[in-house]
Amino acid sequence: MKTLVYLAHPRMDRSEINGPMYKAAAAIEGITCVDLYAEYPTFEIDVDREQARLTSHDAIVFLHPLYWYSVPALVKEWMDLVLEYGFAYGHEGHALDKKVMFNAVSCGATEAAYQPAGANGAHLRDLLAPIEKSADLCRMRFLAPFTIYAAGRAKDEGRDLSHLAAWAGLLRALRDDELDIDAARRALELNDIAATCVAPSEAV
Amino acid sequence: MELLAAAFVYLCAAVIAVPLANRFGLGSVLGYLIAGVVIGPVLGIVGGETVELQHFAEFGVVMMLFLVGLELQPAMLWRMRAQLLGLGGLQVVGTTMAVAAIAMAFGLTWQPALALGMILALSSTAIVLQTLNEKGWMSTQGGKSAFSVLLTQDIAVIPMLALMPLLAVGSGPLLDGHAFMPSEAPWGAAHAAGGGDPHAAPTVFETLPDWAQALAVLAVIAAIIIVGRTVIRPIFRFIAESKLREIFTAAALMLVIGIALLMNYVGLSPALGTFLAGVVLSDSEYRHELESDIEPFKGLLLGLFFITVGAGIDFNLLFSNPVGLIGLALGLMALKALLLFTLATLFRLRGADRWLFTLGLAQAGEFAFVLFGFALGAGVLDPDLIKSMTLVVALTMLMTPGLFILHEKVLAPRSVTSADRAADEIDEPGKVVVAGMGRFGQIVTRMLVTNGHTVTVLDHDPETVENLTRVGFRAYYGDAMRPDLLHSAGLENADLLIAAIDGREKQTELVHHVAKTYPHVIIHARAQDRHHVYELENAGAHHTERETFEASLALGRDALISLGYHPFRAEGARRTFRDHDGSALNALRDTWNAEGVSGSYIDAMRAHGQTLFELMKTDRAERHDRSDRGWTPPPKGDASL
Repeated sequence: MKTLVYLAHPRMDRSEINGPMYKAAAAIEGITCVDLYAEYPTFEIDVDREQARLTSHDAIVFLHPLYWYSVPALVKEWMDLVLEYGFAYGHEGHALDKKVMFNAVSCGATEAAYQPAGANGAHLRDLLAPIEKSADLCRMRFLAPFTIYAAGRAKDEGRDLSHLAAWAGLLRALRDDELDIDAARRALELNDIAATCVAPSEAV
Repeated sequence: MELLAAAFVYLCAAVIAVPLANRFGLGSVLGYLIAGVVIGPVLGIVGGETVELQHFAEFGVVMMLFLVGLELQPAMLWRMRAQLLGLGGLQVVGTTMAVAAIAMAFGLTWQPALALGMILALSSTAIVLQTLNEKGWMSTQGGKSAFSVLLTQDIAVIPMLALMPLLAVGSGPLLDGHAFMPSEAPWGAAHAAGGGDPHAAPTVFETLPDWAQALAVLAVIAAIIIVGRTVIRPIFRFIAESKLREIFTAAALMLVIGIALLMNYVGLSPALGTFLAGVVLSDSEYRHELESDIEPFKGLLLGLFFITVGAGIDFNLLFSNPVGLIGLALGLMALKALLLFTLATLFRLRGADRWLFTLGLAQAGEFAFVLFGFALGAGVLDPDLIKSMTLVVALTMLMTPGLFILHEKVLAPRSVTSADRAADEIDEPGKVVVAGMGRFGQIVTRMLVTNGHTVTVLDHDPETVENLTRVGFRAYYGDAMRPDLLHSAGLENADLLIAAIDGREKQTELVHHVAKTYPHVIIHARAQDRHHVYELENAGAHHTERETFEASLALGRDALISLGYHPFRAEGARRTFRDHDGSALNALRDTWNAEGVSGSYIDAMRAHGQTLFELMKTDRAERHDRSDRGWTPPPKGDASL
C-alpha cells in the first residue's frame, strides 16, 4: 500500500516523540513523508497539490500530538480545504474511497486518563470521533489510533525506543500489505498489532 | 636599470612565480623568494640595486604591522588571552630559549644568540594560514590553536623590534631615543638616511635633553591614541562623504606614512607607531575600508621585499655546504616540532589536531627575513650568519608543504579524534553579511539580530554606519561592490548574504560576484521588479523578493477591507492575486530569458492578465470556483448529505 505520513507539529524544535517518529518514517523506503507545518507555515494550503497527494497514495497517516482532544489547527485547516465536496465526499466525490487512514498520536496524560472511568471519560479512539466520522463520510477505512501516553516523560523513562520500533514495524506492514486491516479497524488502539510487526532483530 | 624596465622585470617575475608557487601549495612568500632567486642569482638580470630597493620595500613591513594592529580588536584579544599568553607565549619564549641555548653552544655570545632565537621562534603566518583555510582545517582544534600561536607571534614581533637594538653589542642607554629602533634605519631596518643618521643634521628633537626626549616620546604615543579615538573618525567620515574612493585611499596612505614619519622624528620604530594606530582604529567602522585600501600596497611592497631577499640569496654558500645548511634546517624544524608537540600535549590536543599543530608550525617564517634585515641594521648579527640563516629559513619554508601532505595523507587518517568529543547538538548561529543598510536591509538585519544571529553590515553611507555602530551593530563603511571589502567582511566564512543595495545594475553585479567567488554562500536578493528577479536569478541569487510587492499586496487587501469586504475575504483575494502573480512569474521566465521583452513576452503577459481578470470575475459570479477553495458549504441540492 502506498503510504503517506503527514506530520503536524508546530514546535518541532521541542519535539521528543513526533520528531524521531517522523525521521524513522522518512528512513523507510516507499513511505512519503510531508511536514505540514514546514510546507504551509502561513496556513496557505495548496489544495491541488494536496489532492494529488491523496490520489496517489492508498494509506494516509496523521502523525501529531493531541491538542484539545483533536488534531493541531493546521490539520483541521487542511481538512476544511482539501476534503472538498465533489472530491472527497458528495455525489461525485469518490477520490478517497477505500483508502486507509489513521492517527499516530502522542498524548500528554497517562493511559489511565483515557478510560471511561478515567479523567477524560473516554478512550482516545472515541474522543477522535470527529476525525473518524470525517473519514467515514469520505468512504475511507478508519483504523484505531497508534498511541503513546504520557509522551512528555516517555524519553526519560526509556519508553520511546520500543514505540519507535513498533511504529516502523507498523508502517512497513502497511506498505507491504501485511497489516490485518479489519482487525485494525475493530481495535481500540493499534499498539498491540504494531508490536507484532516488529522484526525480532529490531526488538528493544 | 631604468625605473620602468626594472619595475617590469620585478612584476613579471612575481606574476609568473607567485601563482605557480601557490598552485604547488608553497604559498606566496616562497613564490616571491623564488622569483627573486630567478631574476637575481640564476639569470643575473638584477644586481646590486636590490639592496637599495629593499630599504624602500621595507615600508611594506610598516604597513603590515598597521594591518596586524587593525586586526587586533582589544575585545577579541581579551577573549583569547588564555590561548595567546599560555600556548602562544610558551611557544615563543620556549623556542627562543632553546634556539638561543643551542646557538650559544655553537659559540655565539648571548646577545646574538637571543636575537637568533627570537627570529627563528616565529612561524610562517602566510603559508600556514593559507593552508589551513584552503584545507578547511581552520575550525579544527589544531587549526584554532595554530591560529592563536600565529597571532601571538604577530604581536611578539613588536617587542622583538624594540628589543633588537638593545642586543647590539655596546648599545647605548635605554631611553636615548635610539633604543627602540636601529638608529640609521628609516622604516625599521637597515641603512639609508633617517632619524638618527650620524651624518644628518640633528633634528630639534635630538637637541632636547634626555628627560624632555622621553617626555616627547610619551606625548607622541598619547597623541596617537587620543587623535585616533577622537579626530580621525570625523575626518574619515568627511572624506567618505565625498564618495571619492581614491581620496580615501590617499587619506589612508597619508595616515600610515604620517605616523611613520612622526615616529621616526622622535626616534621610535615606525612599525611600532603604525601598529599602535592600527589597534586604536581596530574597532572603528572604517576598519575594513582601511584594510582594503592599504592591503594592496602592503602586499606589493612586501612582495618586493621578499623578491629582494630572494635576489640576495647566496647560492655559492648553499653549494659550498649543502649538508650543513640542510642539516641546520632539519634540525631547526625538529627542535621546533618537539617543543610544539610538548605544548600540544600540555594543552590537551589529541590525535590529528596535535599533529597538525606540531607539523604546521615547525617552519621559520617570513618575519625572519624582516627581522634579519633589522638585526643587520642594528649590528646584532653578523652578515655572514644572516646569509646562511636566510637560506636555512627559506629551506624550512620549502619543506612545509611536504609536512602538510604528510599530515593529511599519513598521520591524520590514522588518528581517530571523534571519540574525544560528542557532536554538538545545536549549530552555531549562522553568519550573515548584509550588503546595503537602507530601509530594506535594516528591517532584515533587525529581524536576524533579534533572533540571535551574527550579522555583519556593509553600507556606503557614513552616517548610517556610524548610527548603527552607536547602537551596537557590527557595521562597516565601504562600497559592497568591492571584492576586497567583501573578503575582509568575512564572506568566505559566512552562510548567507542579504543583497539589498540600491541600484539595479550594482545589485545584480554584486550577486554575480558573490555567487561566483563564494559558491557556498546562500544569496537572498532584493529585486526591484519582475525583470530584475530574472536578472538576479541568472546572476546566481538563490532567493529573490520584489521590494514593493508584499507591501503593495497588504495595502491592496486593506483597501478592499475599506471598501466593505470582510477582512478574511479580502485576505483571500490577496492570496489569489499573489498566487496568480507567482505563476505568471514562473510562466514568463523562459520567454524572458530567451528573448527579453519581445512581442511574444508581451502577448504572454497579456494572456496572464486576462486569466486573472476571468478568475476574479467567476469568483464574483459563482460560489464554487477554483480560486476560492474551501470554507464553502456543499451545494444545497445534494441528497446524499
